[in-house]
Amino acid sequence: MFLIPDPVGRFFHRMASPPHFYALTEKLMPWLVVLFLLLLLPGLYGGLVLAPPDYQQGDSYRIIYIHVPSAWMSLFIYMVMATAGAIGLVWRIKLAEIVAISSASIGASFTFIALVTGSLWGKPMWGTWWVWDARLTSELILLFLYLGVIGLYGAIDDKRTASKAVAILALVGVVNIPIIHYSVEWWNTLHQGPTVTKMDKPSIHVSMLVPLLLMAAAFKLYYVIAMLQRARLELLQRERNAQWVKAMLEKRA
Amino acid sequence: MTIQEFFAMGGYAFYVWTSYGLTLIVLLANIILPIVQRKKLLRELALKQQRHR
Repeated sequence: MFLIPDPVGRFFHRMASPPHFYALTEKLMPWLVVLFLLLLLPGLYGGLVLAPPDYQQGDSYRIIYIHVPSAWMSLFIYMVMATAGAIGLVWRIKLAEIVAISSASIGASFTFIALVTGSLWGKPMWGTWWVWDARLTSELILLFLYLGVIGLYGAIDDKRTASKAVAILALVGVVNIPIIHYSVEWWNTLHQGPTVTKMDKPSIHVSMLVPLLLMAAAFKLYYVIAMLQRARLELLQRERNAQWVKAMLEKRA
Repeated sequence: MTIQEFFAMGGYAFYVWTSYGLTLIVLLANIILPIVQRKKLLRELALKQQRHR
């Protein structure tokens, strides 16, 4: 810790203090919501109205604007959850534990959305709601990992112990992340290969790519907003008997 | 493009709008539920504090 310059260390220490976090997130919230809408609205307009229909898939491809960002978020949030869990495990930082568990339900939601919208896209395009191929199966396993984390956390009464257990489960599940990502390259599957994250040029027209990237950025912002809301609840539940909560209630009364 | 054409989604209205509608419901729930629960908890804690005074 003494390797970190004092002001920086102080900043993180202050950030991670529950009362400061609770007050700061309240102040930040309106700005985050504005930024989210500034990304979401042009993203939706660009994706649903401005972008032309796909030459093969017609208008059904417009599901891509929620399907792909949701799938990206399902992986991204998992990595945040596992990283925050590991930080909580090693340094016993309460706020890291809270970020980890607050991410789980949002990650599970995005995984669920990716699976269901994929199904709703697969039916008209592939002629089936579901196939047991590598991409779909590994994404389904991701959903079960998230649900496992949520269930395990709920099953253990002492929340510090619960956080430890959850962090270990999340870390073990990290092996699934590269499997999901590379599944379309390692195995032959019905799922199409990557169109955006290719090393050379993305094989998607710019009028379709821009709204997709806007939606991806909007979903990131959404995650920050939803995670912070969940974290505020979780923090208040854990700290209900703390002095700062009593002082805050006193001030409000 | 007319409004009707927009909602028809080239014949894929069911798939497209079900996807968007479901996403909206799930994402809204993830924001609203924690806020409602936190407000409820704050009320309970405030009540308890008043009684103990």
